[in-house]
Amino acid sequence: MKIRNPKELEKLCNKLLANKDPQKPCITICASSGCVALGSNRLVDVLVKELKERGLEKNIDVKETGCHGFCEGGPLLIIYPEEICYLRVSEKDIPNIVAKTVLNHEIIERLLYKDPVTGKTIAKQSEIPFFKKQERLIIGNNARIDPSSLEDYISTGGYSALAKVLSQMSPDEVIGEIKLSGLRGRGGGGFPTGVKWESTRKAEGEPKYVICNADEGDPGAYMDRSVLEGNPHSVLEGMIIGAYAIGSNAGYIYLRDEYPLAVTRFTLAIEKARETGLLGKNILGSGFSFDVTISRGGGAFVCGESSALFASIEGRAGEPRAKYVHATDKGLFDKPTNLNNVETWANVPLIINKGAEWYRTIGTEKSKGTKIFSLVGKINNTGLVEVPMGISLREIIFDIGGGIPKGRKFKAVQTGGPSGGCLPEEFLDKPVDFDELVELGSMMGSGGMIIMDDRTCMVDVARYFLMFLEEESCGKCTPCREGILQMREILDRITQGLGEESDLETLEQMSQAITDGALCALGSTAPNPVMSTIRFFRDEYEAHIRDKRCPAGSCKDLISYSINQATCTGCGACLRACGTNAITGEKKKPHRIDPEKCIKCGACIETCKFNAVEVS
Amino acid sequence: MADTVTVTINERKITAPAGSTILDAAHDANIYIPNLCSHEELAPYGACRLCMVEIGSREKTKLVASCIYEVAEGLEVRTETPRVNNVRRFVIELLLARNPDAPVLRKIADELGVKDTRFKKQNKGCILCGQCVRTCREVVGVSAIGFKGRGVTRQVTTPFGESPVDCIACGSCSYICPVKVIPLKEENGVREIWKTKFELKKCKKCGRYFAPVKQLEYFSKITKLPKEHFDVCLDCR
Repeated sequence: MKIRNPKELEKLCNKLLANKDPQKPCITICASSGCVALGSNRLVDVLVKELKERGLEKNIDVKETGCHGFCEGGPLLIIYPEEICYLRVSEKDIPNIVAKTVLNHEIIERLLYKDPVTGKTIAKQSEIPFFKKQERLIIGNNARIDPSSLEDYISTGGYSALAKVLSQMSPDEVIGEIKLSGLRGRGGGGFPTGVKWESTRKAEGEPKYVICNADEGDPGAYMDRSVLEGNPHSVLEGMIIGAYAIGSNAGYIYLRDEYPLAVTRFTLAIEKARETGLLGKNILGSGFSFDVTISRGGGAFVCGESSALFASIEGRAGEPRAKYVHATDKGLFDKPTNLNNVETWANVPLIINKGAEWYRTIGTEKSKGTKIFSLVGKINNTGLVEVPMGISLREIIFDIGGGIPKGRKFKAVQTGGPSGGCLPEEFLDKPVDFDELVELGSMMGSGGMIIMDDRTCMVDVARYFLMFLEEESCGKCTPCREGILQMREILDRITQGLGEESDLETLEQMSQAITDGALCALGSTAPNPVMSTIRFFRDEYEAHIRDKRCPAGSCKDLISYSINQATCTGCGACLRACGTNAITGEKKKPHRIDPEKCIKCGACIETCKFNAVEVS
Repeated sequence: MADTVTVTINERKITAPAGSTILDAAHDANIYIPNLCSHEELAPYGACRLCMVEIGSREKTKLVASCIYEVAEGLEVRTETPRVNNVRRFVIELLLARNPDAPVLRKIADELGVKDTRFKKQNKGCILCGQCVRTCREVVGVSAIGFKGRGVTRQVTTPFGESPVDCIACGSCSYICPVKVIPLKEENGVREIWKTKFELKKCKKCGRYFAPVKQLEYFSKITKLPKEHFDVCLDCR
């Protein structure tokens, strides 16, 4: 099937919509990486088999969708048109779901979301607090479409923005619209997208390249992965529109190979778009041609940095070069290149369809639109959230994220990945946007948010990020390669209780020198986790250095475990949980821990129901 | 574009050829900037970060590597500011941790007032300036050696750590190495480099061993001169 012009696309969309009965039951199962890991692939097989056995396969649609974001409750199963959301569904639930809910409209309470505070269950997905406060402009469609189906994307208005651009707008008008929308790069830098497009368009040199940076690598971040897995065509459409505006006929997507599902789905999206004439020569009969090549990244974090990314696509080692000449002038193969992140591209069709004026109404003065964050760490609702810029950290963490598990105390939130910083409780009410987070000493980054509770040691957190960067540094320049290593050595000593008074000053001096001296952004931002933790949690560093004490009870060399003899009931739970047989005691009598055998793994604390295990 | 530009380095107005680097412009004007990884025969690389300078006007300045940054009309450069010196001292301390004894590092450390390194000694010898790898690729043109690994595990090596297939035993890598950690040995008509033995050619006239056979074959190939042309040493030619 070829779609030869915008009219035919519109016709196809209308036809798809007309053929769709909104009242026909449809069961969707999330088939994104998180839920697949929890067995959602098998759920689909079991469901299809169950429906077949009951002769219902013609009456009920089954659809595998992208990530809904509520990964904590995975695998997710939703029954339309009622939008009943079942969480943590297992294979043995399927016959029940079909018999009770699908056939008899009877709700299975056990599988519903249960409010941890009120204990009330909620059936409708959009009513669950996690979803209620979000503004899901980008990932919202993940739940509605089958990512492997081009028709599904078209039926939700997909490629209509491309049709509009090609038939009604000049490249300059497109750039003007994107500039007016205030869209800024979602990869971390927050550079105005329209301005970048304009620079690339005006740059001298042919050919010009358009690239999608899908080398997402921040620990705990998977926003781009979910967009690519759940709605690949939205990214592709954004890229084609960008290419038209910039005047490029060749594009790349640098996609990390550790995202196999994203590679599969994006490959399929490209093939289908090519088959139908939405990609390749003479797109939609407009005379404009553009094609995209997938370049699979080998998993080096540094290849997310633009110049290293270019080197990698060119077939050389992924090492950054000095960026005194902009990529918009000399990027890939030394030609003008426009590089944007996955989420940025996915915003483009939306802006074209709904207009820059509408887009500008969302967000803050200088940060427009929504942002997807991945909420991980010590948080009840682990998952992906999409919120308007300007929402407070508290709303994200407590209203949407459901707060800290086991009623523990919030301590810090790490934003911006290894280049970002840790923000303490006093900033919870600050609005989240590009400039505000930088002002506070962190950054937006690509959207990773790691939540920490009172048992997280901030020195250890800083050390973790340095270890990550030490491994991911390309090793070209001295401050990054050797400097991060030496900073980590100092933090090692501090967490072992061997810190010295002068260490803090040394660390601050080193931070400044690495920031000033490193060749690329990976190095120059590497000290941020250290600097922000020293700034906001200096007392914790001092406790380690002066008192040889870890206030969070986390650094193994500085703590010991014991059992409170008064509160221990002798239930034996910890004894069974201990992997090194360090705990002894008779039934119903207080137990003891042998410090010689104890490896401080914390398994006893996790199992004790009486808070009898103490860390000192 | 004009052929020359005027820049200010440390309050001094200097005219430099357009397209030259700050480092070259400064050195031509007898203004010293320490550096390790740059070399006039090699393309700018910007890895050691010793040659950092501060550019821009008073309110808005930034640090750049002078070996890569090209001069532009009206550019203001300062080569000795507290920020610059903080980076340079830090870099030399880090390099001393890798190689505490190399005279070239000791000399720069002295210039910067650094007596010793505060950091944990790594004693790796090689400082990863990459001059050997780049010389082999850019000057000799054979790319017999390269880097492996990343971060602190980065290392100069031959392909797969085996005898380098493309090496012509010219010894340029050993010669250029600022810290002299690439051993080259000659004994009884054999040159040993990269743990590989290469046969040396005896001059047909004076009988002296004068160059590796593989290097002379390479010369013959790139100059298109007959092999026999390289049977005699330079002195006897």
